[in-house]
Amino acid sequence: MYYHWNWGILFAQEPGGSGTYLYYLLVGLGWTLATALAAWVIALAIGAAVGTLRTTSHRWVVRLGDGYVELFRNVPLLVQMFLWYFVVPELLPEAIGDWIKQMPPPWGSYVPAVLCLGLYTSVRIAEQTKAAIQSLPRGQRAAGTAMGLTQWQTYRHVILPQAFRIILPPLTSEFMNIIKNSSVALTIGLMELTGRAKSMQEFSFQVFESFAAATVIYMLTNLVVVLAMRWLEGKVRVPGLIAEPGGVQAAH
Amino acid sequence: MEGFDWGEITSNLPYLFEVGMVFTVKLTVLAMAGGIVFGTLLAMMRLSHLRWLSTVAGGYVNLMRSIPLVLVIFWFYFLVPFFGSWILREPRPIPVGTFYSALITFTMFEAAYYCEIMRAGIQSIPRGQVWSGYALGLDYWQTMGHIVLPQAFRNMLPVLLTQTIILFQDTSLVYVISATDFLGAAAKIANRDYRLVEMYSFVAVVYFVISFGLSLAVRRLQARIAVVR
Repeated sequence: MYYHWNWGILFAQEPGGSGTYLYYLLVGLGWTLATALAAWVIALAIGAAVGTLRTTSHRWVVRLGDGYVELFRNVPLLVQMFLWYFVVPELLPEAIGDWIKQMPPPWGSYVPAVLCLGLYTSVRIAEQTKAAIQSLPRGQRAAGTAMGLTQWQTYRHVILPQAFRIILPPLTSEFMNIIKNSSVALTIGLMELTGRAKSMQEFSFQVFESFAAATVIYMLTNLVVVLAMRWLEGKVRVPGLIAEPGGVQAAH
Repeated sequence: MEGFDWGEITSNLPYLFEVGMVFTVKLTVLAMAGGIVFGTLLAMMRLSHLRWLSTVAGGYVNLMRSIPLVLVIFWFYFLVPFFGSWILREPRPIPVGTFYSALITFTMFEAAYYCEIMRAGIQSIPRGQVWSGYALGLDYWQTMGHIVLPQAFRNMLPVLLTQTIILFQDTSLVYVISATDFLGAAAKIANRDYRLVEMYSFVAVVYFVISFGLSLAVRRLQARIAVVR
């Protein structure tokens, strides 16, 4: 194998003039995290709401929630990314569409990427929320009803406070997924970590150093997320109600 | 929406399906087969009593699961030609083409996910099954091949198939190495004719119909093969 290793490339200046290649990649990590965190807020809000609604007794609400989940789960993330970036601005009224298309970089790709990742991840959080609520003993709901609480009050005071605490372990892996999935945004021009590793490879011709550096940065990020979530889980765990990960699931 | 050009879709159907979809389906089926075989071997390694074997397999699985698929695609796209030249002792990187590069990538990547599914499947088999195999005088491979794996496979079939539906959707990411899969074919036409709305909407509908149809089929299968305990 003829390959000239040159790890010093990480400390060489990148052609854009912003600093070293390592700095260039770390700015990419910043964009990865900024995308993932903003999308995470959307995903949590919509996912928790949809997941909760799917466990209520209103049949048409449940059906609507199921439809929402199936819609976003059965279209590949990359295709959804293209829909948000290329198709949605065309379908909106012309003035809004033009305004979106004229957003200066990187916001022109950041905003669609956040919306796309947020909704894509929300259906996975909806599934986890539904599973967490259904894993609670049936007696909890019955007890709420027996005490004269309305369905809304039962959710507000009995079900959700427990469900949101036992859902944390699966949410950890969803958060790591959203960080990884944000790399798909490079296809619509967002220069996040993977996108920058790719362009570093194109500028410097040091293929494996570029990708190895990005790989190590992703692994360290994962480690930090796992440790932070483990600490959080320790804080909010319901004694005696250890989240039983519901068996192995297909994932990505 | 008044400018939606249906003719753009119908006139390009042969290219989209005969070139694009064939690539996607071939890639999905071959990567599934390879991924399940390699994934099962990885699962057996992870459950091995030999510490170094389970460490190696565990490290591989964790590495694959902690980096984005797009990055893995880039890695293998450049790594495979180098690796080929090293094995064949050629002085230059061997060009392998996007299909085989993608096939190797998805086999190696999805194996990590299939491994975790098969590991859960193997662990769900009562230990007594293994012991009775040994008691009958079977060796490790016979016990695995005739007793443990068939049952693990059956138990995990719905999850394995669901993972394959995810694999089917993930193959669209070969777009980043300019492969002509279903999405890649549509993107090429969309950019040539500047008909992005028509092409990407159509692609989304086709992916939805196939994935949703398959997931309904998996659900029916799951109900049918569930072992009553």
